Amino acid sequence: MEWEVVIGLETHTQLKTNTKIFSGASIKYGAEPNTQACEVSIALPGVLPVLNKEAMQCAIKFGLAINAHIAPRSVFARKNYFYPDLPKGYQISQFELPVVGKGAVTIQVPAVGKNAAYEKVVNITRAHLEEDAGKSVHGAVEGMSGIDLNRAGTPLLEIVTEPDMRSAAEAVAYAKKLHELVQWIGICDGNMQEGSFRCDVNVSVRPKGSEKLGTRREIKNLNSFKFMTQAIEYETRWQIETLEDGGTIQQATVLFNPDTGETRAMRSKEEANDYRYFPDPDLLPLVISEADKDAVRAQMPELPEAMKARFEAQYALSSYDANALTTSRDLANYFVATVEAGADAKQSANWVMGTLAAKLNAEDTSISDSPINAQQLAQLLKRISDNTISNNAAKQVFEALWNVEGSVDDIIAAKGLKQESDSGAIEAIVDEVLAANAAMVEEFKAGKEKAFNALVGQAMKASKGKANPTQVNDILKKKLS
Amino acid sequence: MINSSLKQLGEMLQAKKISSVELTQTFLDRIQQYNPNINAYIALDEGKTLAQAKAADARIAAGNVAPLTGIPIAQKDIFCAKGWQTTCGSKMLANFIAPYDAHIITQFDAAGAVNLGKTNMDEFAMGSSNETSYFGGVKNPWSFDRVPGGSSGGSAAAVAARLCAAATGTDTGGSIRQPASLCGFTGLKPTYGAVSRFGMIAFASSLDQAGPMAKSAEDCALMMNVMAGFDERDSTSLNREKEDYTRDLYNSNQAKPLQGLKVGLPKEYFSEGLDANVGNVIEAAIAEYKNLGAEIVDISLPNTGLSIPVYYVLAPAEASSNLSRYDGVRYGHRAAEYTDLMDMYNKSRAEGFGAEVKRRILIGTYVLSAGYYDAYYLKAQQIRRLIAQDFVEAFKKCDVIMGPAAPSTAFKAGEKVDDPVAMYLQDIYTISTNLAGLPGMSIPAGFAQSDDGVSLPVGLQIIGNYFDEARMLNVAHQYQQVTDWHTRMPAGLE
Amino acid sequence: MALSIEDIKKVAHLARIEVSESDAVATLTKLTGILSLIEQMQAVDTTGIEPMSHSQDLSQRLRDDIVTKTNLRDEFQKNAPLLGNGSTEQAVAGGLYLVPKVIE
Repeated sequence: MEWEVVIGLETHTQLKTNTKIFSGASIKYGAEPNTQACEVSIALPGVLPVLNKEAMQCAIKFGLAINAHIAPRSVFARKNYFYPDLPKGYQISQFELPVVGKGAVTIQVPAVGKNAAYEKVVNITRAHLEEDAGKSVHGAVEGMSGIDLNRAGTPLLEIVTEPDMRSAAEAVAYAKKLHELVQWIGICDGNMQEGSFRCDVNVSVRPKGSEKLGTRREIKNLNSFKFMTQAIEYETRWQIETLEDGGTIQQATVLFNPDTGETRAMRSKEEANDYRYFPDPDLLPLVISEADKDAVRAQMPELPEAMKARFEAQYALSSYDANALTTSRDLANYFVATVEAGADAKQSANWVMGTLAAKLNAEDTSISDSPINAQQLAQLLKRISDNTISNNAAKQVFEALWNVEGSVDDIIAAKGLKQESDSGAIEAIVDEVLAANAAMVEEFKAGKEKAFNALVGQAMKASKGKANPTQVNDILKKKLS
Repeated sequence: MINSSLKQLGEMLQAKKISSVELTQTFLDRIQQYNPNINAYIALDEGKTLAQAKAADARIAAGNVAPLTGIPIAQKDIFCAKGWQTTCGSKMLANFIAPYDAHIITQFDAAGAVNLGKTNMDEFAMGSSNETSYFGGVKNPWSFDRVPGGSSGGSAAAVAARLCAAATGTDTGGSIRQPASLCGFTGLKPTYGAVSRFGMIAFASSLDQAGPMAKSAEDCALMMNVMAGFDERDSTSLNREKEDYTRDLYNSNQAKPLQGLKVGLPKEYFSEGLDANVGNVIEAAIAEYKNLGAEIVDISLPNTGLSIPVYYVLAPAEASSNLSRYDGVRYGHRAAEYTDLMDMYNKSRAEGFGAEVKRRILIGTYVLSAGYYDAYYLKAQQIRRLIAQDFVEAFKKCDVIMGPAAPSTAFKAGEKVDDPVAMYLQDIYTISTNLAGLPGMSIPAGFAQSDDGVSLPVGLQIIGNYFDEARMLNVAHQYQQVTDWHTRMPAGLE
Repeated sequence: MALSIEDIKKVAHLARIEVSESDAVATLTKLTGILSLIEQMQAVDTTGIEPMSHSQDLSQRLRDDIVTKTNLRDEFQKNAPLLGNGSTEQAVAGGLYLVPKVIE
């Protein structure tokens, strides 16, 4: 039988605020245990929550970015369960009335093997505000767990999709797109190692063609795209094999073990899963007016889709290039700054996505930390365009810029990379080369085209690589004709 | 001096006829003498208390005085007060020293008032007799074998026995007004949101409201001036201009100072279930109001009977969640012996909570659990709206509503403790105001004979419209100008 | 809706309150009484009535995103419970609150 996998994602996006969602405690990562756990964070008797304005604005931003319905009135509810990292014995979340309603995200699924790349729309069911739990630390004291509540109360936006994805590749493409988007609009730092962007993936399988959804298992807390791919692929295989062996799938929460590459069912937090949601009486309904939305809209950056279209129109870039340049806001901004500093758009696109991207990748750094800024790159590209240096020399200048050896022009001068464009001087070199390589000239005249390239090479060598190759070509052709 | 009003005490302090230390010591001495028997206080700290009194005297000497500067106030043990044992009447918090101040504690401190001690209460404010306290019951100063009412029973006994100048209480379903009725003093539950709940240990968040418990309406008004006001730390705190609750109090020479006031009498408050002797006292008080010029209007609050079922869904539901934080992890009681995490939770909570609290947690958990939410919780919230709408209709016909605060006078200790439903009916006349969020008060209106021939105080309840506390206080004040019920003090405690 | 001993046990488990067999029987009697009181609600037709969560029809106030809290860990941890099981130490170590091992 042919099987189809059905995947939906729930992503916990940590919002980029200074303070917790319901208290004025810092959410800075990496503090000593419980030093950012104020009386609200540790749920002392008598404390009360007050909503962080920035958290609401982040939710509005996200709603606007995915063209979603933003609820004029949403309600905070309590999700009740006992766990040591949940100090109140309930999590403040949103249940029946979330702040963000239905929306959509368009994803680009890359080509895999014989399958070509394609676009797909993933529907967002909802996104709601909630607080994060603390952390359990194991091993500090034998036989005990240690509870650190610094993270308790950190603002999260939980983004839930419809079960629209049909492969690990689609799920990862969606997760990557979402990851880029939340950073693009500035609501999340995207740091997956620190847990700022965590995905729960619901996986089920069904016979291809069937309309009915299979029983799903939820893979919890995936914090890398690589693990997501592995986990989904393992889980899918496991479910198919289980069913083909005549077994059934039980609804469960599973964890992915990166060491074994396998998933295993968790011990349930609340066996009956009876969370007893009810509206939090300590919080009033969150009311969002048109004015609130307008205020946020005014601060919204241009969204990737719009920017991509603009790049195609304004800079005559291909759809592929425009898409690649708008995968991150930093990248897009860098490209625009390069063009605005006077570089050619197509050339800028090639360099930003080619040489620069490769170098950033090799050095494992990000464009925002690039030692070469957009103005420097633009200057470099201008020196190529005005024939000051050759493309090969430009690579050397790029390396020197990366190592912070000075300005573009200083590096060209210091390394003597300026190319020879004086036609008189080049003619003299060509004449010498022709005189010294009579045999090659003969070969060329006898019809061996390759001999021409050898002569160009000799001329370049004679000029120590500084002659403008186009001019060498032209002059050589003229002399041999 | 112990019978002086807050205004009189303030004047004496400011005129330096007495020092705050002397006044405070007078009450501390009385507490030492009577509290071992009455058990109104859970926590006392003479050192802290007298230090505050000394600071108040310094303030007075410097001329930096507010109306309550130097006056000793008893605080219900539901309010976190930094450095004070704060137990909420529970074993769960028996060793809890609050590391921060509740909003009202901060307000009293800023006013220069003196914290006399933490008063006894029903555990987590769940009870109508103070018998659920882990720290033992409280005696009604009028009749020691009777309960003071609850949950603010310690504050009630302290005010009635003159073991403080005034006290604070909280009222979720009648916990200020019912004890005020049973102990014969003046208590006010303000409009929901008038007094910040920050630092007040939660029972049922959408109903809990702190208020003053004092000898007179005038005293309550002065207390309200300190307690009420916007607090940004409580999302349900009302962002309104600070008001002077004494503004409407006046000493009228007119024969009919309440001319034009329309007093609504809900027929449901005078039907079966009301003790006949209590009913007679209330009728007499209404007659007095007629003498003061009030016009009596018959009204109906048809859903009154439903207030108890609705309350016993909503309050336990909220409580079951509010009390989940007491898990023995970060503070509070942890079982001495346990095998694993689940066992630690189960034992810590079974040991730390008393029987009534556990009952309410279980009821609350049940009504919120899967399959029952709609039939219980949602239904109760819908009927809550009907109850609130009853008041909206009623206030179209009258300015204030009057009736009994409690169906009977103080009952004997042990009488209802094993019958939760009978105990719950104590709050039949007070609960609906909490559900609606309206202000209500109880003022001394006379005495009624119990079955065994003891004369016990009866409270008249006055219910006002939202934010109408100042008018209600004057309505009470005018009555207290022509009656002396509020000045009576239990015998044997002089 | 008649309550059973099983219901009591289930709810007690959800609420993390240990109930012995004899407690469960006594609790059943008391809770049945309270539930029959609550059952009066079922006689009311509430079709179309908006549930009321708060007594006033107001909206949530918002707090500026400014750090106002300082580190009071040591102060707060003075209230930490005793570890139990024979230990008279407080249930904290290295700033962490200690609980029996959490198994996922």
